Amino acid sequence: MFGLKEYRVAQSLDQADQLLHEHKNNVILGGLLWMRMGRKNYHTGIDLSQLGLDRILETEEAIEIGCMTRLRQIETSGILDACFGRVLADAVSHIVGVQFRNAATMGGSVFSRFSFSDVVTALLALETHVHLYRGGILPLETFLESSPQRDILVKLSLKKKAWKTSYQSHRMTATDFPVLAAAISCCEDRWRISLGARPSRAKLATKAAALLPKKPDAAQIAAACDQVVEEMSFGGNQRGTREYREILAKVLVKRGVEAVCR
Amino acid sequence: MQISCDINGKAYTRHIEPDLVLIDFLRDLGFLSLKQGCDTTNCGLCTVWVDGTPRLSCAMLAAGIQGRQITTIEGVEKEAAAFGQFLAAQGADQCGFCSPGFIMNVLAMERELTDPSDDQIKHYLAGNLCRCTGYAGQMRAITLYLGARKGELSCE
Amino acid sequence: MRIVNTAVPKVDAMALVTGKPVYTDDLAPKNCLIVKLLRSPHAFAKICDMDTAVAAQMPGIACVITHRDVPRHRFTMAGQSYPEPSPYDRLILDQIVRYVGDPVAIVAGTTEKEVEKAMREITVSYEVFEPVLDPEKALDHPSVIHPEKDWHVNFDIGSQVERNLCCSGGFESGDTGAEFSASDVIVDEVYHVKANSQAMMETFRTYTYLDHNNRLTIVTSTQIPFHIRQIAARALGIPKQNIRVIKPRIGAGFGAKQTLISELFPAIVTLTTGKPAKIVFDRTESFIGSTSRHEMIIRVKVGADKEGKLLAIHLHTLSNTGAYGEHAPTTVGLSGHKTLPLYNKAKACKFSYQVVYTNTMSAGAFRGYGATQGTFALESAMNELAAKLGMDPLTLRLKNLLAEGEILTAYHGEKLNSCALEACIQKGREMIGWEKKFPCVRISDTKVRAVGAAITMQGSSIPNIDMAAVEVRLQDDAYYTLMIGATDMGTGCDTILAQIAAECLECELDKIIVSGVDTDHSPYDTGSYASSTTFLTGMAVVKACERLKGKIIRAAGLRLKTDPAALAFDGRAIFNDNEKDDEKNRINLDDLAKSLVVGAGHCLSATASHSSPVSPPPFMAGFVEIEMDLETGKTHVIDYVGVVDCGTPINPNLARLQTEGGIVQGIGMALFEDITYGKTGKMMNNSFMQYKIPSRLDLGEIRVAFQSSYEPAGPFGAKSIGEVVINTPAPAIAHAITNACGIHLRTLPMTAENILMKIREKQ
Repeated sequence: MFGLKEYRVAQSLDQADQLLHEHKNNVILGGLLWMRMGRKNYHTGIDLSQLGLDRILETEEAIEIGCMTRLRQIETSGILDACFGRVLADAVSHIVGVQFRNAATMGGSVFSRFSFSDVVTALLALETHVHLYRGGILPLETFLESSPQRDILVKLSLKKKAWKTSYQSHRMTATDFPVLAAAISCCEDRWRISLGARPSRAKLATKAAALLPKKPDAAQIAAACDQVVEEMSFGGNQRGTREYREILAKVLVKRGVEAVCR
Repeated sequence: MQISCDINGKAYTRHIEPDLVLIDFLRDLGFLSLKQGCDTTNCGLCTVWVDGTPRLSCAMLAAGIQGRQITTIEGVEKEAAAFGQFLAAQGADQCGFCSPGFIMNVLAMERELTDPSDDQIKHYLAGNLCRCTGYAGQMRAITLYLGARKGELSCE
Repeated sequence: MRIVNTAVPKVDAMALVTGKPVYTDDLAPKNCLIVKLLRSPHAFAKICDMDTAVAAQMPGIACVITHRDVPRHRFTMAGQSYPEPSPYDRLILDQIVRYVGDPVAIVAGTTEKEVEKAMREITVSYEVFEPVLDPEKALDHPSVIHPEKDWHVNFDIGSQVERNLCCSGGFESGDTGAEFSASDVIVDEVYHVKANSQAMMETFRTYTYLDHNNRLTIVTSTQIPFHIRQIAARALGIPKQNIRVIKPRIGAGFGAKQTLISELFPAIVTLTTGKPAKIVFDRTESFIGSTSRHEMIIRVKVGADKEGKLLAIHLHTLSNTGAYGEHAPTTVGLSGHKTLPLYNKAKACKFSYQVVYTNTMSAGAFRGYGATQGTFALESAMNELAAKLGMDPLTLRLKNLLAEGEILTAYHGEKLNSCALEACIQKGREMIGWEKKFPCVRISDTKVRAVGAAITMQGSSIPNIDMAAVEVRLQDDAYYTLMIGATDMGTGCDTILAQIAAECLECELDKIIVSGVDTDHSPYDTGSYASSTTFLTGMAVVKACERLKGKIIRAAGLRLKTDPAALAFDGRAIFNDNEKDDEKNRINLDDLAKSLVVGAGHCLSATASHSSPVSPPPFMAGFVEIEMDLETGKTHVIDYVGVVDCGTPINPNLARLQTEGGIVQGIGMALFEDITYGKTGKMMNNSFMQYKIPSRLDLGEIRVAFQSSYEPAGPFGAKSIGEVVINTPAPAIAHAITNACGIHLRTLPMTAENILMKIREKQ
C-alpha cells in the first residue's frame, strides 16, 4: 500500500492543478487500484470527486466522458452503446470484476498509458481526444506517443459518427490481462485497426486499415491481417511469445473485421 | 485528519491518518466480517457497499468516504442470513472466508439486475474468487434464492 | 440410517454466512506485537554479516531476531506423526538461505508502519552461491544445498544429501523386463507436472501469548494442532507440556496448513519479549514463503498385448522438494503407490523414485499429495496406449481394472474390500454422452468439441500411523459434547462427525455439540490430512458412542436397580427390552442425565482411539467435454462429469461440494495454474494477478454422481473423499485435447499457446 501525508478534496480544477504542481510527490487519486499495489510514499493525494467529472455527456458533435467516470458506467451506458456499438462495453467487461470496475476510472486508465489496457485499445479505434488541463486537447494517438507530463486528464471526447465496431481479445483466463487486444471500427468507409497488449501499448495499424475497402472479401481481409503483422511490432512476455501474438493478431483482426461487416 | 461517515446506519466520526485503508479502518471499528484475501484487487473478499455500490475496501482510503454511507454484512445481517440459508442448504458455505464479500456482491447484484440469466450472474460475480466450492454450489444457492424471492414478491 | 447419509447444513454455517468474527485474526488481542519477516533476495547464499542495531533501537520496535539468536536444533516443519519421515533440515532462521524468500530476520513492533520502517534499516551482506534451479540438474550439482553436519533423518529414506538427493527408493513386483519384451505395444513417455499453489482464501496467520502460568499459547490457522505442539517444542527448545495450540475456524488449507508456516515466528517473539505477538502473511508471502505441490517429472513405460491386456508398467518419478524436505519421501511414494494399484492385473510393475533438493520454495502437501501428479502421468500413458491399440480408452480400463477381493500388490499388499469403480466408469460414460462424442465432433470451421476420461484412486488415512481419539460426554441434560482433535478447515468434518454421533446415539443433530480444537482439552488427533477425518476420526466416534451407550445403560441399571443386560436405549429413554411398557424399569435420558450430577452421581463420558491397518481407496472416474478454438488454441471446459465411490457418503451435500471443488482445482492445474521461477530463482507468479486460479467464468457445467460401495472398515461404510477429487481433470483434459486435434501435451499447464503451437508443428 502507498503512503500519503495529506488528503485534499479539490473544490475546482484550478485548485487541483495548483495542488498537483505544489510538490513533485503530489498525485491525482483515481480508482487507486494500481496505486495500492505499489509502496510509494506520496505527499498530497488530490481527490477530484466533487468536480462533477464522473459523467458521460452528449454534445452535438461528441460524447464526453469525464475523467472520474468509472469503467462500470462505460459498461452499462446506453449513450455509448447507441453511438459506438458494444466496443467500449466489451473492452471493459473482462476486467477483474464489477467491484473493480466500480472503482477504476477512465482518466486513470488512459493517463497511465498502460500497455495492457483494454480501455486504451478500444478508444484508439474511435476518434478520441484527450483533454488535458495544461496540455490542451490532443488526439489519443498523439497523447500515447508523448512522454508523461504532470497534468490532469479532465475528460475524453469521442466524435459522434456512424461507427460500426468490434472488440476482440484473447486471455488466458476470463478476467485476466489480455494476451492481445484488438478493436476494429469502420466509419464512412474508413477503417481503424487498434492493437494493444502487444505486449506494448496500443497502436493503430494504419497501412493495414487503408487496404480494407468498405466490404472486404476474405482475401482482402487476409491481406490486411498480413499487413498488420508487417507494420506492427509484437513481443513476448510471461503471457505469450512474439510468435503467438503474431498469430493471434491475424485471427483477432480477421474476426473483428468480419464482425463489423455483419 | 477527521472524517465523518455512516456505517450500517450509524454515524461515525474518527480521527485518521490520510493513508489509512478502508478495510483496516472498518476492521479497527469492529466490522470483522471484512477479509483481505489478496494484495492485487483480484479476489473480492473485501467487498463493501459505498452508497449502495459494491466496492473493494482494500483499494479505498478511509479518507475518501467522508460523508458517505458504508454497508458491511453486519448491516444487512437479516438479508445475508436469508440468502445464507440457501448457501448453507447446499453446503456451499465451506470455509466461509469468501462468504461475506461474496454475499455482499450477491445482494448488490439482486438490487442492480432484474431476472439475470446464469451467464449474467456469473459475469456479475466474476470478481469474487472461491477456492473451496468450485462455484457450482454457490450458483445453485443463488438460483433457488432468486426464485424464492420472485415468488415472495409476486405474492405481495 | 436417519442422519448419516443426509444433507444437513454445516453446524457452523450461519455464523460463517453472516460474517461472524471466528477466524484467527478476528480473535487476536489488539495489543499483539506485529511481526514481519525480512526475506532473502537470493536463491542460495550465506549471510556474512548483518547489522540490526539501528533497526532494534527504532521507535516501537520490541525485538529483532536473527540466525544468531535462535535455538540450534534442526527440525522439520512437516505435519507428520513422530518419527517423521521428512528430514530435519530446518532452523527457525539459518545462516544459509536456500530460496528467494527464505526468512533472514524477524522484526516485531507496535505497529506495522514502524516495523516496516525498521526493516528498511537492516543491512545484510551475503556470499552468493550459484543456485540449483533445474531439478533435472540438481543431482551432483556443485552447489550442495544442505551441507550442514547436523542434517538428520529419523530413519533411512535413501538420502545422499551431499548429492542433493533428499530421498530415493522403489518397489518391484514381477519381471518388467521380460514382460516388456513380450508386449505387442509399448508407450514410453515423460510427463511433467509443475508446482502449484494451494491458494486457499485465508493466508497464513498466527498469534501467540504467554498465559499466567508462562505457558506458550499458539492460536493459528492450521490443519495440525498436535504436530505444531510437537514441532514447536523441538524447534524452540521448550518442553511440550508448556505449549498449547488452539485452532479456531480456518479459511481452508488443502494441505498448505499441514506444515508449520507462520507459527514459529510470533512464538519466538513472545518467548523473547514476554508479549503477545501476531503475524499475518499477505498473499505475496503466502505464495513465495510457504510450500507448494511437488513438481514431478514422471516417466511411464507401459506394455500390453494386442488384446489390450496390460503386461508391465514402469513408473519413475523425479520429484523436486525445493529448498527443504517437508513431505518429500511421502508425496513421492503416492505417485506410484496410489496409481499403479488401479492396474493390479498387470503382470509386472516397477516403481522407482528420486527426490532432489533445489533452491526454489520448499514443496509440501497439496490435496492429492503425489497421487495427483502420478495420475496425470499414468492415465495419460494409458490413454496413449489405448490409441496405439486402436481401442476405446474406457474398454482398456475395464479390461484391466482392479476388483473387490483382490490383493493389491502395489498397495502394500492390502486387500480391496470395497470398489465401485467399474460402476463409476459406466455411469460417467453415460452422463457425458461418450458414445456420441468420442473422440470429437467438429462444430464449425474453427471449433471442435472433444471428450476425454481418466480414473483415479486415493487412500483413507495412513495405515498404522494416523490416529484419532475422541471423547463424548453426556451433559446434565439430554445432550452431548463431542470432543475431537480433528481439524475442520471448512470441509464440514465437525458436522460429519456430529452426524455420526447423532446416528449412534439415536438423537437429533442439534443435541451434539462439537467442541473446538485445543491441545489442552481435545483428544489427540494427527489432524486433517491424508483423507482421514471421516474414515478414522469417524470410526473413533462410533466406538466412543458405543461405549457411552453401554455406560448409559449401566447407569440406568444402577438407578433402576435392574440388571443392565435387560435394558435397552433408544436415544430418548432406557427401558426394559423385553417389556417396553414396564414403567418401573424405564427412565428418560433427560432425567437420568440430571440425576447423574447430583450427589453420588457419576458423570458419563467415553473415549475411544482409532487407527486403521488398512487405507481403503476411494475411487473416481472423471469425464470432460472441451471446446477448442483451432485458430487460437483456446480450450474451454464446457462439461465435467465426476462419478465418485467414497463408500457411504455421510453427508451427500458436503460430498458433492468436495467433488465440485476438487474438480475445479484440477481444471486450474490442467489449464491455468503455473509456478515459474525467473533466472535468479525469484517466483514470477506471486499474486492472484499472475497466478490464475479459476474464476467462475473459466468453466462450464460440473456434474457429480455417486456410485457407493460399502467399506466394512469405515463408519457406516464410508471411506474418504477429500483428495481423490482433484486427480482426474488434468489427464482427462489432456486426453480430450489429443482427441480434439491429435497433439499430445505432456506438460502442465496446457495453455492455448502450447496447444496452438503444437497443432502448427504437426501440420
